[in-house]
Amino acid sequence: MAEPLLRAENLVRRFGGILATDNLSLEIARGELHAIIGPNGAGKTTLIAQLIGQLRPSSGTIRFAGQDITRLPAWRRSRLGLARSFQITSLLKDFTAADNVALAAQARDGHSFRFWSNARKERHLREAARFALARVGLERRADALVSQLSHGEQRELELAVALATSPQLLLLDEPMAGLGATESARMVRLLAELRKEVTIILVEHDMNAVFALADRITVLVYGRIIASDVPAAIRVNAEVKRAYLGDQHVVTRHGR
Amino acid sequence: MKSPLNLRNTIAALIVAGLALLPLFSQATGNIFVLTLFTRIVIFALAAVSLNLIMGYGGMMSFGHAAYLGIGGYAVGILAAEGIGSGFIQWPVALAASALFALVIGALSLRTRGVYFIMITLAFAQMAYYVASGLSRYGGDDGLTIYKRSDFAGLINLSSRVQFYYLCLGCLLGGIYLIWRIVNSRFGMVVQGLRSNEQRMQAIGFPANRYRLVCFVIAGTMCGLAGALLANNTDFISPAVMYWTRSGDLMVMVILGGMGTLFGPVLGAIVYLVLEEFLSQVTEYWAIIMGPLLLLIVLFGRGGIFGLVGRLARG
Repeated sequence: MAEPLLRAENLVRRFGGILATDNLSLEIARGELHAIIGPNGAGKTTLIAQLIGQLRPSSGTIRFAGQDITRLPAWRRSRLGLARSFQITSLLKDFTAADNVALAAQARDGHSFRFWSNARKERHLREAARFALARVGLERRADALVSQLSHGEQRELELAVALATSPQLLLLDEPMAGLGATESARMVRLLAELRKEVTIILVEHDMNAVFALADRITVLVYGRIIASDVPAAIRVNAEVKRAYLGDQHVVTRHGR
Repeated sequence: MKSPLNLRNTIAALIVAGLALLPLFSQATGNIFVLTLFTRIVIFALAAVSLNLIMGYGGMMSFGHAAYLGIGGYAVGILAAEGIGSGFIQWPVALAASALFALVIGALSLRTRGVYFIMITLAFAQMAYYVASGLSRYGGDDGLTIYKRSDFAGLINLSSRVQFYYLCLGCLLGGIYLIWRIVNSRFGMVVQGLRSNEQRMQAIGFPANRYRLVCFVIAGTMCGLAGALLANNTDFISPAVMYWTRSGDLMVMVILGGMGTLFGPVLGAIVYLVLEEFLSQVTEYWAIIMGPLLLLIVLFGRGGIFGLVGRLARG
């Protein structure tokens, strides 16, 4: 158990002259809910893209469950148990909620080179879908098209899809984005439930949610980790405060 | 939700019934022309249906689909010219050659998306066109006359107009049935999911291009069959069937009838080829009438004729 579930070591990602990820090392322990926060432009999205396999790091390594995944494509990482939700809702719009989740369950089943029998009539896929939808409270909307769901429901469906892949690690990219107060509260309750079962990396701007949920918080500024600690310590960390107040000092130091 | 589907199903059933009874009508009225025309239509419908699998369901805008018509046709023509007349050899070779071509160009072009995919499939089809033009042993630019239709010893006689028509219709209906099974299968769900949102599909663990490639090969093979039928129908094969305008015709048929619907491309092929036939009798400049007509249907009937029907039924 000493081995962390996910370990990023000395990650560097350059875009031309810009260092979006600056020699970043990060460990996520099995079972924890680890929040990543930082002001806009801190490189959170770039970091996530590297963790889930959308971007290759310029250098550095990423290990997941004891395996080097630095060069694996996104779909292989998903098969290993690394699931994600998207910051901007990314679902199959012309499919029903149940179909979206059933496809995730189908992916978990191995290859899909089956050409003959009707996939929508496969009971175990439908049941997996219903189960995942029930966990996020969407069971009654199973047959609605994604385009007919409200924004809040789509955010929940994102989560259900990720859950249906039976992940070991759930990477949630701003799950509260665009949610109203009631919906946010629902999402926080939901995440509080899920964290009992699965390791979660939470990237989020909603500080109330982050401090309510996280075991540890990592603060990212200009591609570097300036602090990584328990919420109580982050709350009083001077450098974090400076970063969030937009202190000149931090900016010029990055400018070099 | 139910009633437009039923109306669509009714139209599909009417199409099938109409096509099945056509030879009887032709014999009763002594109108051979209509049977000849519809044999051609059924063959192109098969090609359009196969294109619809990748374009409508898979979201792959291939602009080179007519290449398979040529490859299937040349497989039959070349073997016939070399004295191999048996359909049991010609047709499997036609299918295999089409599948192989689809595999190679699919593997290369599926690395690209959008406009680049359209252009690269177009380029490969044009290459096939010029290769065929260069086959001087087999007629080159002028094409190749097929003196004897494929021989299916005792099973079916392709020289009989009616038997050949029913063979074509059987291939079309078989193709539609196959696609119906495929689009509802696990594989079909993945392919349609990729059309809808590739990034999402990758994120839940599907290697996009493997599924796309298999779909591409299935469609190419099916169109190769249409090519073998076409060569037998015209007793002739020339590079012209592979020309890019032919690929464009197939795309228009699919879009006209309704992308991503089972029978849309059949309806599209019927409307397109019947219009072409009659307008070209009226005027040499039939394209001037055809063009705006297509434009209107595409503008006002988003989702093609089948889409229009669906919306009319809903009121």
